[in-house]
Amino acid sequence: MSATTPPDRARLFALLGRLAPLIFLLALVIIFASLQPRFLMPLNLFNILRQVSIYGIIAVGMTFVILIRGIDLSVGALVAMSGLCAAVIARGGIEGRLVLSADGSGFSWQLAALAAILAGSAAGLLQGMAVAWLSVPAFVVTLGGMTVFRGLALSIGNGGPISGFDEAFGWWGRGMIGPVPVPVLIFAAVAAIAWVVLTQTRFGRAVYAVGSNPEAARLSGINVSGVTIAVYGLIGFCSGLGGFVLASRLNSAEAVAGTGYELTAIAAVVIGGTSLQGGTGGVGGTVIGALLTGVLLNGLVILNVSPYTQQVLVGLIIVAAVAFDHFIKRQSR
Amino acid sequence: MTSASSLGGVAQAGAGPDNGPAHEFFVPAPHEPAGSAPAPAFGPVILEAEGLVRRFFGVTVLDGVSLSLAAGEVRALLGENGAGKSTMINLLSGVHQPDGGQLRLDGSPVRFARPLDADHAGISVIRQELSLFPDLSVAEAIFAGHLPLNRFGLVDWPRMRRAASAALSQLAPDIDINAPVASLSIARQQMVEIARALTRKARVVIMDEPTASLSPNEVAHLGRIIADLSREGVAVLYVSHRLDEIRAFCQTYTVLRDGKAVAGGRVADTDIPALIRAMAGREIAAAQKAPPAPVADQGTGEPLLQIRHLASPQGLRGGQRVKDVSFALRQGEILGLAGIVGAGRTETARMIFGLDPVGQGEIRLFGQPVRFASPAAAIAAGIGYVPEDRKGLSLLPGRSVHENFALTGAVPARFGRNDRRAEARLLAGFWQKLGIRAASPGAAITTLSGGNQQKVILARWIALKPKLLIIDEPTRGIDVGAKEDVHALIREIAASGVAVLLISSDLPEVMSLSHRIITLREGVTSSDQPAAGITAEALMTHMTRHA
Repeated sequence: MSATTPPDRARLFALLGRLAPLIFLLALVIIFASLQPRFLMPLNLFNILRQVSIYGIIAVGMTFVILIRGIDLSVGALVAMSGLCAAVIARGGIEGRLVLSADGSGFSWQLAALAAILAGSAAGLLQGMAVAWLSVPAFVVTLGGMTVFRGLALSIGNGGPISGFDEAFGWWGRGMIGPVPVPVLIFAAVAAIAWVVLTQTRFGRAVYAVGSNPEAARLSGINVSGVTIAVYGLIGFCSGLGGFVLASRLNSAEAVAGTGYELTAIAAVVIGGTSLQGGTGGVGGTVIGALLTGVLLNGLVILNVSPYTQQVLVGLIIVAAVAFDHFIKRQSR
Repeated sequence: MTSASSLGGVAQAGAGPDNGPAHEFFVPAPHEPAGSAPAPAFGPVILEAEGLVRRFFGVTVLDGVSLSLAAGEVRALLGENGAGKSTMINLLSGVHQPDGGQLRLDGSPVRFARPLDADHAGISVIRQELSLFPDLSVAEAIFAGHLPLNRFGLVDWPRMRRAASAALSQLAPDIDINAPVASLSIARQQMVEIARALTRKARVVIMDEPTASLSPNEVAHLGRIIADLSREGVAVLYVSHRLDEIRAFCQTYTVLRDGKAVAGGRVADTDIPALIRAMAGREIAAAQKAPPAPVADQGTGEPLLQIRHLASPQGLRGGQRVKDVSFALRQGEILGLAGIVGAGRTETARMIFGLDPVGQGEIRLFGQPVRFASPAAAIAAGIGYVPEDRKGLSLLPGRSVHENFALTGAVPARFGRNDRRAEARLLAGFWQKLGIRAASPGAAITTLSGGNQQKVILARWIALKPKLLIIDEPTRGIDVGAKEDVHALIREIAASGVAVLLISSDLPEVMSLSHRIITLREGVTSSDQPAAGITAEALMTHMTRHA
């Protein structure tokens, strides 16, 4: 008697599809660990996590966007722009051009962080409005946003970096709690909150509904435009937070920061099993996707693979992961 | 009637000079002249279908239909929604392949594996939803797929423009061949499609509901074009519900009902009541078996919903589907809304529910004039809407049964969190009551059968406790058992005081569930009467004919 009647087979493949990114991640870890024992040292593992954390925060926001069938190409530019906003506040102005505080000293990290997050969120909300109300495709809106925000970042810093912040500012990027880097904790907190929002709240359900079938969502009383704008605001928030943490970690903010983050974040989401067609996936997958990307890059470095070859491999693995995902989904139907 | 039933599957019931009353649907086909009936001079038979059978997912949609088209013949293909007309067109044009029976072209068996094969054989279809390319110019659209090339293998634009102008000169000489197709009215787009057929040297032209959105003048023009085609020896299969047009344009007819050809012959030998009886035969039989319509025991006091002279906005290209619709609906009442495809039923519902803007007229809910800007506003006012297009407008594919059920937010969140337990309890109640068959509430909605999906969708809306529920085609494409469950549910919610607006193409369904029935014809309310004592024939007449 065969245990794989058609529904069983479909269920097996459905389970495989959900677990695929995790299996893939574990396989990579085992491969790298066996090739180079140094890979598994705690220091290296926290190193990976620290590297992952900033684009991981953004990837969490990107999960929401991709769940509603959207895309956001502006996140890298937003990271740079909001990082510079934080830097300007932290330094109390721009040297030689702008003085914000009476005595010329900087403001607290709280105000700096707020500036970064507000800048990011406002930019995200604006893009969301363009997508929802002007019906411009998200790809186009955020492609435009990408150069607009990069341009604004260049204007703020006048092309150069703004650096040198106080101890409290720097803690958010370089500090440790026990053995754990602070950015990793921020990433974990953002992911956990996002998970609760997506799985436990009305808004989370609306996100899935809009991505799964926007017409059905609208017909059921969901404010599709409102959800869209909120989701782009959310990824703006995540980018602003990421910009702050990055500026803190580097003790410097500059207009070229965050270059390429949009693709890394999208890759993490897609590798994590969230469908570009919207409606299926989640934050758990994205976290694994982000870790997988980080492990891959770190492992290749440790194995002394040339940086050029690394790029080739990462690209191929992204395509392979998505192809595999589609294959599994077809089987489980 | 023994001979009639034995002939049930065949349109051309063979030769036999018989005009007795029992056989009034089965007059001899005109190109098989028999008896004393003078036959119009048709040319040789071009396309012939014999005993075509087609099944979809085990359901027989077409059951042994025969039909022939001779040069110069204009044959009407009639039947109510779901009778098999579209399937017939798809078989004749190679979109689908028959599971049984045979197609013959010029007397030899032929098989169209794909639409292109039928196209090469000279069969052109002018579809209800025009298949033209909206962004191409008229000239390009006429020649799309067979653009004339010059000796360098590039498009020969001058030749193409000349040929396009020539093809349109008889049909509509004032169409600008350089204009984008999308800028033309529906009637003109049809002319472009006909021009396309002419340049393809089509020998058979199939027109699917060509007049659904045409003005009377445009219809008359189309009639002249069809006559021209016929004179030039083209065979035309004219698919329509509109009996007046069929009398004016067609020489022969075939009536489909439940996938069978139940009547056929010469249009001159029949009359409209007989055609209606042929189309509605099932309704009459089924309605006699159906339980009597429940007595309107509520129906007192102020109407819950009152619609006066509702009209959709004037479309840019004359596409105004709803022109003048009025009715009243009381608490606890089931109001049936009948009409043929394109009569404006769904459009009326969408306007009430705030999905589409209202052009003119008045909607009163509990006596208060309302116009909802969004479905959310309509839902807040106590209206629910189960749309016709389950896949496109209701289901969340890839999500669970539970999430599909909870979509309308019938259970309020607790402290910002979804109250999954209360939702599950509510769903479990519906699960048992409606007999939903699914592996579990966590199963993907797409793993359920159509009937079970529909039950989940209905539960989604009923859980909201609406005061008015609009249900569009509640049982389309679902099996008989589920259909009975859905009917029982609709009766029950009406008995609990919900006003139900029931849109359905299934006349027995409308007749057995409704307290009152209104019919729409071409966007206008054409009748409004209690369901008790109404006949399917009367309804069909109101749906299809000018009074």
